[in-house]
Amino acid sequence: MAVPILKQGPFLIASIQSALTDTDLVQLRDALVGQVGSYRSRGVIVDVTALDVLDSFASRTLRDLAHMVRLRGAETVIVGIQPEVAFTMVRLGLTLEGVATALDLEEGLFYLDQKLRSTQQEG
Amino acid sequence: MDEVSVRISSDLDLVRAREQGRVLAGQLGFTQSDLTLVATAISELARNIVRYARRGEIVLRQAEDGGVPGIVIIARDEGPGIPDVNRAMEPGYSTAGGLGLGLPGVRRIMDKFEIVSEVNRGTVVTVTKWKR
Ligand SMILES: Nc1ncnc2c1ncn2[C@@H]1O[C@H](COP(=O)(O)OP(=O)(O)OP(=O)(O)O)[C@@H](O)[C@H]1O
Ligand SMILES: [Mg+2]
Repeated sequence: MAVPILKQGPFLIASIQSALTDTDLVQLRDALVGQVGSYRSRGVIVDVTALDVLDSFASRTLRDLAHMVRLRGAETVIVGIQPEVAFTMVRLGLTLEGVATALDLEEGLFYLDQKLRSTQQEG
Repeated sequence: MDEVSVRISSDLDLVRAREQGRVLAGQLGFTQSDLTLVATAISELARNIVRYARRGEIVLRQAEDGGVPGIVIIARDEGPGIPDVNRAMEPGYSTAGGLGLGLPGVRRIMDKFEIVSEVNRGTVVTVTKWKR
C-alpha cells in the first residue's frame, strides 16, 4: 500500500495510514529521497502514529531514510511513535540514533520551522 | 486448545502473522504494551523465515501455567539452518547486513526462548510470553 506524501510549503509530509510491509517502507524511503530533489524540499516528516510495530527492519529503514535525506540537504523528523512502540524499541535495543523525533505532526512542523529559520539566519 | 498457523513466504505474511498474534494475545487479556511485544517478536521471527529460509510457518498457541494464560510462538522453517547458534544469538551478529538484533531482541522481550537449528534441515524458534 502506497503512503500518501503531502507537500506543505518547503516540507514533505508522509502519513502512514496502516501497517506497512517491508516493501512499502522501502518504497516510502525511496520516494521521499527522490521527492526531496524534485520539490527542493527542506524537510521531511514521517508520521508513524499508525504503526503498531517498529522492529529492527523498520528502525533501520527509518534511520537510513533520515541519513539519505540529510545527504540530499534536508532534515527528517519522525513523529507519532506510540508509547508501547517506544517501550518495545527500548527493550529490543533499537535506537533511532542521529534521527530527530517529535511527539506529533504539530511538534514536527515546529521543529522543522525552527531548523529552517536558523539556517536562513546563518546564510 | 486454540492454535493458529500462518504460512510465511512473503513480507505481507509478516503483517498477517503479527495481526493474528495480536488477536490471540488480546483474547488472553494481554496489556497494550505486551501486545506490542508479542507482535514485534512475531515480526522479527517471521522476517528471519522470509529472509533466510524463504518460507516456513508461524504457529501461535495458547498456553497455561497455574492459571496464568500465555502465548507460545513457534517459528519453523526447513531452510539452511544456522551453523553457529550461539553466534547468531549475539547482538550485532548478522550475515545479511542487518542490525543483528532480531534473535537477541526477541529473547530479551519474551519470557522463554528456545532455538533448535540444524544445517540443511531448518530452524525452529519457540518463545513464550505469559500474561502479567
Ligand atoms: N530462520 C533462520 N534460518 C537461517 N538462518 C537464520 C534464521 N534466523 C536467523 N538466522 C541467522 O542468524 C543471524 C542473526 O539473526 P537476527 O535476526 O538476530 O539478525 P538479522 O536478521 O541478521 O538482522 P535484524 O534481525 O536485526 O534485521 C542472521 O543474520 C542469520 O545468519
Ligand atoms: Mg532478523
